[in-house]
Amino acid sequence: MGNISTIISREYSTRVKKKSFIIMTLLTPLIFVAFFLVPILIMGNEDKEFKKIAVIEDGTNLFKGVIRDRDDADFVYLENTDVNSLKNTFEEAGYYGILYISPVVTNVPQAVQLISKKQPPMDLLNYIERTLETDIENKKLKAYNIEDIDKILKSVQTDVSVQTIRIDDEGEAKETNTGVSMVLAYVGAFLMYMIVLLFGVQVMRGVFEEKNNRIVEVIISSVKPVELMMGKIIGIALVGLTQFAVWILLSFAILTVVKSTVLPDDPQQISEQITSSVMSQTGVDPDSEQLQEVLDLSAQEKEFARLFNNLMNVNWPLILTSFFFYFIFGYLLYASVFAAVGSAVDTDSDTQQFMFPIMLPIILGLFVAMGTMENPESSLAFWFSMIPFTSPIVMMARIPFEVPIWEVIVSVVVLIATFIGFIYLSAKIYRVGILMHGKKVTYKEMWKWIRYKG
Amino acid sequence: MPLLETENVTKQYRKHLALDKLSMSVPEQSIYGLLGPNGAGKTTLLRIINQITAPDEGTVELDGHRISRKDLAHIGYLPEERGLYKKMKVGEQALYLARLKGLNKQDAIKGLKEWFTKLEIIDWWDKKVEELSKGMQQKIQFVTTILHKPKLLIFDEPFSGFDPINAKLLKEEILKLREDGATIIFSTHNMSSVEEMCDHITLIDRSRSILEGRVDKIRNEWAAHEYEVVFRNTVNVANNSHYEVLNTETNNDKTTVRIKSDGQKDVNGIIRDMTDSGQLISFNPALPSMNEIFIRVVEANKNN
Repeated sequence: MGNISTIISREYSTRVKKKSFIIMTLLTPLIFVAFFLVPILIMGNEDKEFKKIAVIEDGTNLFKGVIRDRDDADFVYLENTDVNSLKNTFEEAGYYGILYISPVVTNVPQAVQLISKKQPPMDLLNYIERTLETDIENKKLKAYNIEDIDKILKSVQTDVSVQTIRIDDEGEAKETNTGVSMVLAYVGAFLMYMIVLLFGVQVMRGVFEEKNNRIVEVIISSVKPVELMMGKIIGIALVGLTQFAVWILLSFAILTVVKSTVLPDDPQQISEQITSSVMSQTGVDPDSEQLQEVLDLSAQEKEFARLFNNLMNVNWPLILTSFFFYFIFGYLLYASVFAAVGSAVDTDSDTQQFMFPIMLPIILGLFVAMGTMENPESSLAFWFSMIPFTSPIVMMARIPFEVPIWEVIVSVVVLIATFIGFIYLSAKIYRVGILMHGKKVTYKEMWKWIRYKG
Repeated sequence: MPLLETENVTKQYRKHLALDKLSMSVPEQSIYGLLGPNGAGKTTLLRIINQITAPDEGTVELDGHRISRKDLAHIGYLPEERGLYKKMKVGEQALYLARLKGLNKQDAIKGLKEWFTKLEIIDWWDKKVEELSKGMQQKIQFVTTILHKPKLLIFDEPFSGFDPINAKLLKEEILKLREDGATIIFSTHNMSSVEEMCDHITLIDRSRSILEGRVDKIRNEWAAHEYEVVFRNTVNVANNSHYEVLNTETNNDKTTVRIKSDGQKDVNGIIRDMTDSGQLISFNPALPSMNEIFIRVVEANKNN
């Protein structure tokens, strides 16, 4: 064991000390966080300029005072003003734009125009549309002369946004979000694909390098070939784990900083308020302080809070544990195959013919994983998450949608068994291959090596 | 008592017999030459001794017991096909190789620094291997082969890539190691270094041992009554019933004549004949070079 740890530490330290490794390791979480953060910052930096908007109606006075002023906009109702004359002068008059409402609006949705020099923010447009819609609906209802119509209207006013709640085995309800599961599935599957490919190829290159620069004979006069091979595979696995550990820690650190600086309130608390106020009582007193507090939040803040809460409600222990196991054994399986290829080939270009059959299941796995997100319980998804060469990628895509635990265990056990079989075969190919020069290697040849004795 | 003994070692690759019942006995504290044309099976034998491959038949014994993986710590092997990690620093790499042979870190560093200083490569300790000349890389490989003070040292073509000065330095170090108790097997095509250094040889050709024994004995056996005679001035020696003249060379007031006697007449008689022919400067038995013996034995084996 002394030798194998010496080999592992060389494989590990030479890679970890490389500049490219350090840069990759530190930069990736920053890019990752930026990926999330930039849209948030853009949203937060929306046009906050105060706007005065002139409201002009053509002939009628239906909407006077309907659109109420907001924090960022005043709506000034101008009677008896010609829209065409104001069109050229509204800027000098201090207006951001003109909201022109034609009398046909009750039947023709396109009858409203917002005339401005700049592109108005989405949020403002939504506000105007919603207000007008509600008002027109109310007016239409009133036309039926129902008694107490105002009171009725007030009480039926509703705002619906579907929240999905999944009840777990203990009967505990959790708010979940298909979007969040999708993202996790995608990230998990893609990371697994990257790991297998990135680190597997590193193993192949390392083996090939040793064979090619002829240091291998010196080393195997001290250690067994299989020790050298395993030392390399394990060393590179540790490099990968180090990288991921740094990535996870850095991402969390950055997210924590961001959370406390960018987001205004504690999103978790807000989200809990929303959920509890919805869940606890059916007949909510609309004037209750708690609900009012929630309703006071902007839609954007609520969305953030909910997203954050969904992330917290994900089954992280299961995902991270399975990720760890699939990482280790998926990598080991592929790394042993890659090591065999690296030992067998004589030139770089020879690797191509052997790369294809290895790449095939990896890419197939990724494709199935992408399809899996649409339907995580399909039999295709099930079988590909059991077959060892695709299971790491496909299962990582299924787990965020909650997979029965026995399926995960069976899949991991099958993976481990396959890995043991393959490492045995690879060691046999490796042992012969590393000392074989100047020969074009075929599958038939490799099969003969497997059957060599001694 | 031999340090290393192989008996009937046979190794068969699929279509080709690499070693055929090879037996060899390497005396302790000797320098043993392993000769033979390319592809004869020398490297296979060395790999079997280093347990990189296993023989199909036959045994290898070290110090009277069957060789095992534990013995690798007492063997130093410099393969013919040798390389280093190009991107790794010299010192780190030497330390790594030493630790694989079971040395602890402190001893390895101390030993390496001593040897690096001795071979004048200490300034390269923190350089990457790819920055070094081939000769310097060879020195590093030499140091890592001998650092763990093995009792058996195996060098496969140790002098290839060395300039004459460094080759001489290396030869001296190898001779010193032998004096300190090491036994050395060395495989080479360089016959002059065999004459210079080896006590014993085995010549392998086409998987078999076709000649083996002490170098001086072999050369005497192959000498076959040849003599080299040097005269002052130009001299002409004629053939005689007891000897024939193989070669005559004259330059700078000296004539060198090579004769082969039929073995009937004693040396005194021949010398008398020579003194009659001219003014003698020297008279020596002409030992064939190992190069000649190599070529003759291998050619003869080919015709069998």
